[in-house]
Amino acid sequence: MQEVTEKKEFTPTIVAFCCNWCSYAGADLAGSSRLTYPANVKIIRVPCSCRVNPSFVLKAFQQGADGVILCGCHPGDCHYVTGNYYTRRRMALLYSFLNYMGIEKDRTCIEWVSAAEGAKFAAVMNDFVKKVTDLGENKRLTDLRVKEGE
Amino acid sequence: MLKIAKERLNDLYAKINESMGLFIPIKKAGEVDYHIWGEGKEVSLETLKTVKSPKNMFFPQSENMMKFKTEGKNIEIIDVRGEKRPFVLFGVKPCDYKAIEVLDKVFLAEPVDTYYQSRREATTIVTLACSKPEESCFCKVFDIDATAAYGDVTTWLDGENLYWQANTEKGEALTALVKELLEDSDDAAVKAQQEATKAIIDKLPYSNLDLSKFKPENLNELFNAQEWTEMSEACLGCGTCTFVCPTCQCFDIRDFKTNEGVIRYRCWDSCMYSDFTLMAHGNSRTTQMQRFRQRFMHKLVYYPSQNDGLYSCVGCGRCVNKCPQKLNIVKVIKTLGGKNND
Amino acid sequence: MKDVELKMLERAKALLEGGEVARVIGWKKGDFCYDVSPASFETVEELDGFVYNWFCGANLSKYLIEMSKKEGKTAVFLKPCDTYSFNQLVKEHRIKRENVYVIAVECLGKLDAEKIKAKGISLITDVEVVDKDVKVTSAYGVETLYKPDVVLTKCETCQKTHQVKDEEIILHERPERDVDRFAEVAKLEAMTEEERFAFWRSQLSKCIRCNACRNVCPACSCVKCVFDNPASGIAAKANDSDFEESMFHIIRAFHVAGRCTDCGECSRVCPQNIPLHLLNRKFIKDIDNFYGEYQAGETAEGKTPLTSYTEGDIEAKDVFNGEAK
Repeated sequence: MQEVTEKKEFTPTIVAFCCNWCSYAGADLAGSSRLTYPANVKIIRVPCSCRVNPSFVLKAFQQGADGVILCGCHPGDCHYVTGNYYTRRRMALLYSFLNYMGIEKDRTCIEWVSAAEGAKFAAVMNDFVKKVTDLGENKRLTDLRVKEGE
Repeated sequence: MLKIAKERLNDLYAKINESMGLFIPIKKAGEVDYHIWGEGKEVSLETLKTVKSPKNMFFPQSENMMKFKTEGKNIEIIDVRGEKRPFVLFGVKPCDYKAIEVLDKVFLAEPVDTYYQSRREATTIVTLACSKPEESCFCKVFDIDATAAYGDVTTWLDGENLYWQANTEKGEALTALVKELLEDSDDAAVKAQQEATKAIIDKLPYSNLDLSKFKPENLNELFNAQEWTEMSEACLGCGTCTFVCPTCQCFDIRDFKTNEGVIRYRCWDSCMYSDFTLMAHGNSRTTQMQRFRQRFMHKLVYYPSQNDGLYSCVGCGRCVNKCPQKLNIVKVIKTLGGKNND
Repeated sequence: MKDVELKMLERAKALLEGGEVARVIGWKKGDFCYDVSPASFETVEELDGFVYNWFCGANLSKYLIEMSKKEGKTAVFLKPCDTYSFNQLVKEHRIKRENVYVIAVECLGKLDAEKIKAKGISLITDVEVVDKDVKVTSAYGVETLYKPDVVLTKCETCQKTHQVKDEEIILHERPERDVDRFAEVAKLEAMTEEERFAFWRSQLSKCIRCNACRNVCPACSCVKCVFDNPASGIAAKANDSDFEESMFHIIRAFHVAGRCTDCGECSRVCPQNIPLHLLNRKFIKDIDNFYGEYQAGETAEGKTPLTSYTEGDIEAKDVFNGEAK
């Protein structure tokens, strides 16, 4: 029998939290415009980026995400007027803090994508997936129990 | 009696480690706890009180019990117990050894806890007699001789040597394994140390606590004592006392979902927590006073009433040192234990 | 210190006797000079057990959540750092300010018995402090220690002053000093990601999840904590994995971000001596840096940094590019 030496290429699991009003629509537009972005980006739709509790970001990492990106309306354009301003403060602090704990800074990202920016959505995702692929598997903020049996 | 020079202890650890695991007080990030030994680890036998007790060895803070996998309508239950590798638990203080006896009565009574039993049976316990007890120690109150021989092997440590004496078959087997490192010795040094230590213990402020009041027949009186409210007032409801305690044995059982199925695990629980023994109707103890009372009544009254008067406190004094607000079992004994404790 | 204690006792007696307050919150004696516990005193007789010494490090503010709900007024002795927590709790409507009579007491830094014992001294019977000399009397004689070596970690960098008081008992002025409470945070920031990860992993792996840090924290005043609530989705009772060790501390630090007054109780109570204050201080440092200096608990009014915003706030991605204000 021949030994199998094929090296499995790393494809990261990316969780993208997208707000219902802008970024999720932006993802839709990217799709209907036939712009491609990697299939390993799993989108979770939230009513507003402000809905994203920091524990969601951690939970995503626990469950096997290698990168977490948060997308919302551009500041000033929030459907709920001010939601994303709060998001911005929270995530700036959370991401900085995770890095302080030694989590690679490129594993987390926040981008503002409007409903009209299908092209930007695809570009942002492509860029983020590339960065996380370069980093490799998330080993610092993951729960080995979840991956048991893999 | 046998002995080994202090500088050669590392060889002893390495020798044991060749054929068995070694669980020993090791300093990590500034604190000493029992960890698995490996070359380069900083062993600290001199530490009087590890933060956590060695109960971790037999009753880990969290341990997997079984796994479930579902396929269609079938649930497969996977036993995760397996064979336990032989281990040596090294450096156990007399109070902590006594605590293992307390745990044995819980976990090895019918129905036997096989998780605990398999670890217990695979382990050889090497105790280390005390030489520098401090003011939070009160093992004497529970008739423990901090200088005497307990466990499969007993050791005594002084400035130069570790003295070694096997007490059981398991202990003899371990001695045979490391025989080439040990040399014969008389027991003069040990005797001298024992006397000196006993003299210190007699003078310790907590060595003469009176427990005679804590008897099953006084259960109602103790339970209904007015003083509980005042004593528990500052209690934060944290689990520090429970988790550093060598005899606390309560646990919770939980499930965790993995990509493959479900892991059922158990983890230490604390009667100080608001969700302890939470049931569908709510919690059986709704105030911190009730939870506080439960912990001490269990140690001093309920447990002894079911175990021939054996208290489930061994006077290690960890809770005395570690309680954030300095509440502890000694203060309870002094408050409720009658005038002999004044 | 004895003179301060006497003065406090005198006031406590007067307040109770005069019926102005129904109870006084302070500290009560233990078996040694260092094992003092927070306590409430409702009668003059109970005050026999009253103590104020070098080991009264506990923050009494959180007890006022329950005490201020009771019948009658509650008098409380607050050290400078405690007053910040008090204000913050008033701001969050957890303490009824009108039910509390605040007596500001002096504090020249409190001592850590564990640090003294770590110097090899046991059977401590008495401690006296003169300037920077700590004279420890034990069964083995008298030894003099250098005070900065044996103060509680939370006192090492404290520069706090009383922010609220109805009256004060201050007999000795605390000398002014210039210390940088962010020095250790900056040291960690200067490390590589790998080094920081290794540091926190080794520290947090000691955690036994006793929840002492949470339960003592005046900012952790939720009636039901997410970690105790099985319906929260992140409830976890034990450190079953490295992840859960980190998770608990990240979420806890984040939840108190902008509200943490840096009272340092978390580090004081940790049985494993994990430097938990360095987690909270990172948030404080970042908040100062990104949104302008802010000290939680300075007043009982106004919004906290995470419940407000400006249109020109820093973007999260610029946090790493050194573009902070």
